[in-house]
Amino acid sequence: MHASLVVSGLNKVYEGSGRRVEAVRDLTFTVEAGELVCLVGPSGCGKTTLLKCMGGLLTPTAGEVRLNDRPVSGPPPGMAFVFQEYGRSLFPWMRVRENVELPLKQKPLSKARRRELVMDALESVGLTDAAGAYPWQLSGGMQQRVAIARALAYEPAVLLMDEPFAAVDAQTRADLEDLVRGLWRERGITILFVTHDIDEAVYLGERVLILSASPTVVQEQLKVDLPDERDQLHTRVAPRFAELRTHVYEQIQAAKRGGTDAGPPEKTLT
Amino acid sequence: MRGANAALGAAGLAAFLALGEAVPRLGLVKEAYFPPTSRIADALGQEVTDHAFWTALGDTLTGWALGLAIAVGAGVVVGLLVSVVPHLREATASTIEFLRPIPSVALIPLAVLLYGTELRSVLLLVVYASFWQVLVQVLYGVQDVDPVAEETARSYGLGPWARVRHVLWPTALPYVMTGVRLAAAVALILAVTAELVIGAPGLGARIAVAETSQAVPDMYALVVVTGLLGLLINVGARTVERRALAWHQSVRGEVMV
Repeated sequence: MHASLVVSGLNKVYEGSGRRVEAVRDLTFTVEAGELVCLVGPSGCGKTTLLKCMGGLLTPTAGEVRLNDRPVSGPPPGMAFVFQEYGRSLFPWMRVRENVELPLKQKPLSKARRRELVMDALESVGLTDAAGAYPWQLSGGMQQRVAIARALAYEPAVLLMDEPFAAVDAQTRADLEDLVRGLWRERGITILFVTHDIDEAVYLGERVLILSASPTVVQEQLKVDLPDERDQLHTRVAPRFAELRTHVYEQIQAAKRGGTDAGPPEKTLT
Repeated sequence: MRGANAALGAAGLAAFLALGEAVPRLGLVKEAYFPPTSRIADALGQEVTDHAFWTALGDTLTGWALGLAIAVGAGVVVGLLVSVVPHLREATASTIEFLRPIPSVALIPLAVLLYGTELRSVLLLVVYASFWQVLVQVLYGVQDVDPVAEETARSYGLGPWARVRHVLWPTALPYVMTGVRLAAAVALILAVTAELVIGAPGLGARIAVAETSQAVPDMYALVVVTGLLGLLINVGARTVERRALAWHQSVRGEVMV
């Protein structure tokens, strides 16, 4: 069930119509098995590009991603993706149940086992009653929970989440954050969570990776030494939380300023 | 609102029929070429008691349905192949653009040479006309695949065949349905045209016979029947479309959350 992700020397250059864009310059980091790591960075710093390379959806120009010591060359089994655009990621022509079940049909599972996994996943996200509905009959927050259930039912060792809560309202967002943390603690999945929200990164993560502006390098890796038990009410007003978020904020501001430099910004330590 | 519209529609139709009755009776047009509504209705009443009429209707519908089925099947298969196989679309685009505008009726001499007045003559023309309607819609529909949906499918390990079945086909389906609806209308036009011009058995041939034998009201009655057929086909196609696309934005309308 546990899996580690190693990204080494990752570089991605988009070339097309005479324009050459270096989205990601040189990224090296590790996500340990069972860890919940948040990635933050200024907007347009190539977070999505990085995640797609890690998920095997894009081929890096240089460097590599290894999952459990195996190089990733296509979408690896045991890895699930949750996209920001839940409305487009869920299939409107399928009911919630069918959406969650579809990826399972690619696995050698019995029908009964598939149904069990689907109902279990829907229960985990509190959507048992919505199994027969179409995604577009649900609210945005519920749709994203369906997408999370689909990922859970797939029983991934690694879960990649690309700004999953960027498009939902603040209250729903808080609920979903707690849901993800709860699922992580319950199921021991390795999670890489990309966000542009500093508070969210600090609240969720065991570790926060701060990326520089494009061309992207890792600006800093920060251990979040908040207690394991976190809740929206107390954690967010804890003095240590404020210190950490201030630090991340400063780093991102520095990253934005340093973004025009040719070389990678220097690494700062806390 | 709906009821009022229906009432207005019925009133309009009634006025049109009344006009058709009055104008020939008042001598504004020659009654011999333009019989009043009531006489056309009489002729229609006689037609429906004639066994040969139903045979002709059956022939027309057979040509229409077979031709449409072949065109839809071929259009969908060719459309998917052209879209899925790399470079095939670019390679075929100019040929398709050349062949598509050729009016099907221009192929009548060819059909006669090949098949005479057989059903196959009708089929050739019907299939040629309807095939492009379906093909072009399939080509458009396939391009409409959402990149996020496609990436979702890929990230969950769906292979090429599973992606065609679960992502590409449902995305293209609304377009396919439009293509089928258009093709169904075109197929009827071509079926009747082929019968009328070539003399293949069917309503078209019966219209031609009515014309040459100076049975003018019968001719009009048969024309009305073809019009009704077209109407039924369109209503039927729309019903199928609504059923198959209940999930689609154009059908589901506003949804409360």
